Amino acid sequence: MGRRQLIAWGWQILVCAGAAALAFLFIHDAEENLATRHIATGFHFLTQTAPIPIGETPIAYTPSVSTYGRAFLIGVLNTLKVAIPGCVVATLWGTLVGLARLSRITLLARLAAAYVQGLRNIPLLLQLFFWYGLAQVLPPPRQAFRLLPGVFLSNRGLVVPVLEGAGTLLVALLVLAAARLAAARLVPVNQRGARGAALRWGPGLVLALLALFALHPSFHLEAPQLRGFNFQGGMVLSPEYVALFTGLVLYTASYVAEIVRGGLLAIPRGQWEAGRALGFSEGEVLRLVILPQTLRIVIPPMISQYLNLVKNSSLAVAIGYQDLASITETILNQTGQAIEAIALMMAVYLGISLSVSFALNLFDARLKRERG
Amino acid sequence: MAPAPSRPARPLASARERRAWLISASVTALLVLLIAWVAWRFLAWAVWHAVWSVPAGPDGAPNTDACRAALGEGACWAVIGEKYRFILFGFYPYAEQWRPALVVLLFIGLFAASLFRRFWHPSLFVVWAGALVFSAALMWGGFAGLPFVPADQWGGLPITLFLATVGLALAFPLAILAALARASRGLPLLKGLSILYIELIRGVPLISLLFMASVMLPLFLPPGIEIAKLLRAQIAFILFAGAYLAEVVRAGLAALPKGQYEAASALGLSYWQSMRHVILPQALRHTVPMLVNTFVGFFKDTSLVLVIGIYDVMTTARTAILEPRWQGFGIEVYLFLAVIYFAFCYSMAGASRRLESRSATPLAATEEPA
Repeated sequence: MGRRQLIAWGWQILVCAGAAALAFLFIHDAEENLATRHIATGFHFLTQTAPIPIGETPIAYTPSVSTYGRAFLIGVLNTLKVAIPGCVVATLWGTLVGLARLSRITLLARLAAAYVQGLRNIPLLLQLFFWYGLAQVLPPPRQAFRLLPGVFLSNRGLVVPVLEGAGTLLVALLVLAAARLAAARLVPVNQRGARGAALRWGPGLVLALLALFALHPSFHLEAPQLRGFNFQGGMVLSPEYVALFTGLVLYTASYVAEIVRGGLLAIPRGQWEAGRALGFSEGEVLRLVILPQTLRIVIPPMISQYLNLVKNSSLAVAIGYQDLASITETILNQTGQAIEAIALMMAVYLGISLSVSFALNLFDARLKRERG
Repeated sequence: MAPAPSRPARPLASARERRAWLISASVTALLVLLIAWVAWRFLAWAVWHAVWSVPAGPDGAPNTDACRAALGEGACWAVIGEKYRFILFGFYPYAEQWRPALVVLLFIGLFAASLFRRFWHPSLFVVWAGALVFSAALMWGGFAGLPFVPADQWGGLPITLFLATVGLALAFPLAILAALARASRGLPLLKGLSILYIELIRGVPLISLLFMASVMLPLFLPPGIEIAKLLRAQIAFILFAGAYLAEVVRAGLAALPKGQYEAASALGLSYWQSMRHVILPQALRHTVPMLVNTFVGFFKDTSLVLVIGIYDVMTTARTAILEPRWQGFGIEVYLFLAVIYFAFCYSMAGASRRLESRSATPLAATEEPA
């Protein structure tokens, strides 16, 4: 080993030892502080009953009967409930805005640019307060805005019709999709016939399932009805959820729009010209030639925006939507177990971020191999 | 590949052009109508039916009945007139608020100067350091006849600017070290430590770091030692910004041609010499637009200190409308605040685009912290 290498190792060991010493000091102090404040340690609190009132509960929960663990799980589910549809809608809206920015209709392009500049340069938190402020001055249910048949917006939030039995249907569809994916993976490519059959059978099975459910009495569309001072039936999305969802989608879309625009501009003009020369219409060139190439460029930054959306959904704390961060804050205030509660919350966010990054890296590697 | 349809090219092109023109004209007309309608409604609310000031009631406090009557019809700009001093400067003693005002102006001037290449000179760092010390001294006072004002009475825009600027200034050296460690070869322990730091911070929301600073950090300190809440939030911001900036610096390092590294080592420069004189000056110069964009995101993110109760400009604005007589006029206050944030962020983002267009090797990808 040369002298330089020795010095390098010396430095490394010194820095790492410093970090370890700091960590030991922290742990030592924390033990002492917790002991003097009579705060319990460990994760036993997860099995204790939680007196937290929770407004939106995707799974069964009763305050003072259910456990802190269950409350935490509801926080995770509430975060996903706003983040997953949020990513989908932000992608669609952002893509539209990005296309509008490139439109040859000057006014439309200017308007889209103003939208992007406006939303990107104002803190998301302020936008959330704005939307929440608007949601609170909406009229009461009796004078609710009827956005679509069966969809009402009032100061109690948004009510939408719900498919009774939709959960079962969703599970069935997911199982089917998984089976089809597995079939496509497992059946070797050279046995085209078998694979083709699997693909052919898929839609038929879906139709059969749909028919089964349509005939079953428990499966029907339930529309909300105005009874007295509030709506009955349907699914209610709280004003907090509506404000958070709107704010996150509109804000994230301003970033998605720029990614889409950048992706489209990165495609050489020649590709458009070649598409037109083949006699494709403008829309066909976009759909068949440009978008498939753009997709490869935009996927990594888009994934990063999705992760930002998940992380930004923690701003729910400020407007009172009970997501993961908000429920964690309540738990740590009630139990005093700040270290465990925050560590658990960070672990969930970190788990989402790292697994998505890992999947993205796999995808990138595969793309490079295919091109390579 | 789909076969090309055998239609003649010329008439098709002109028909297509006619259709495109028709679509363009009708969309434009529709948009003009839409914009006119929105502008009309907005002007009616914000100007024609607006309440600009309210009289003082018998108790000397403003009487907001006129605003209540106009609620929903017209804006109540009186809330801004009554509250702007509190929103901008928080609980800082009223008679002494020229001091934070001066600090804000000083910061704006320095921000503006820093965004011009002409002023990029090592002495700019000295000026910035001097300005920070001077600002802090002016805010505290206690000399030259200025009354002493403790830090827990500071608030509003100066807090936002301090959090963002001090955060950036201290996060930057951290970011460079982390980026160098992550890009290094032959330093596995440091590289691992740096990856752990960067990915851990980037993988969690800022709010969780602020929770940590607010409730967890006091538990980690020896009994008897306490750090002010503002300082704890500042530490969280430095760690947060450091991780995002480190990735920006790393991108700059990666974009540098390999020959630069080889040339530096061929000259017999040591690692630190080659970094200081050859690699970093070039790498950082290229990343300036990205750094500015990151800073814009970071400036917006300072508003999150609201959740741990620090009186930045967002928190003072929220506090202003908690007063019963001003409740319900949040939209006006939010618009006022939006204008402030927009002015700062838009001008910085604009400068970043200007720098990018002049830069020899533009870096298209930008990433903002979340």
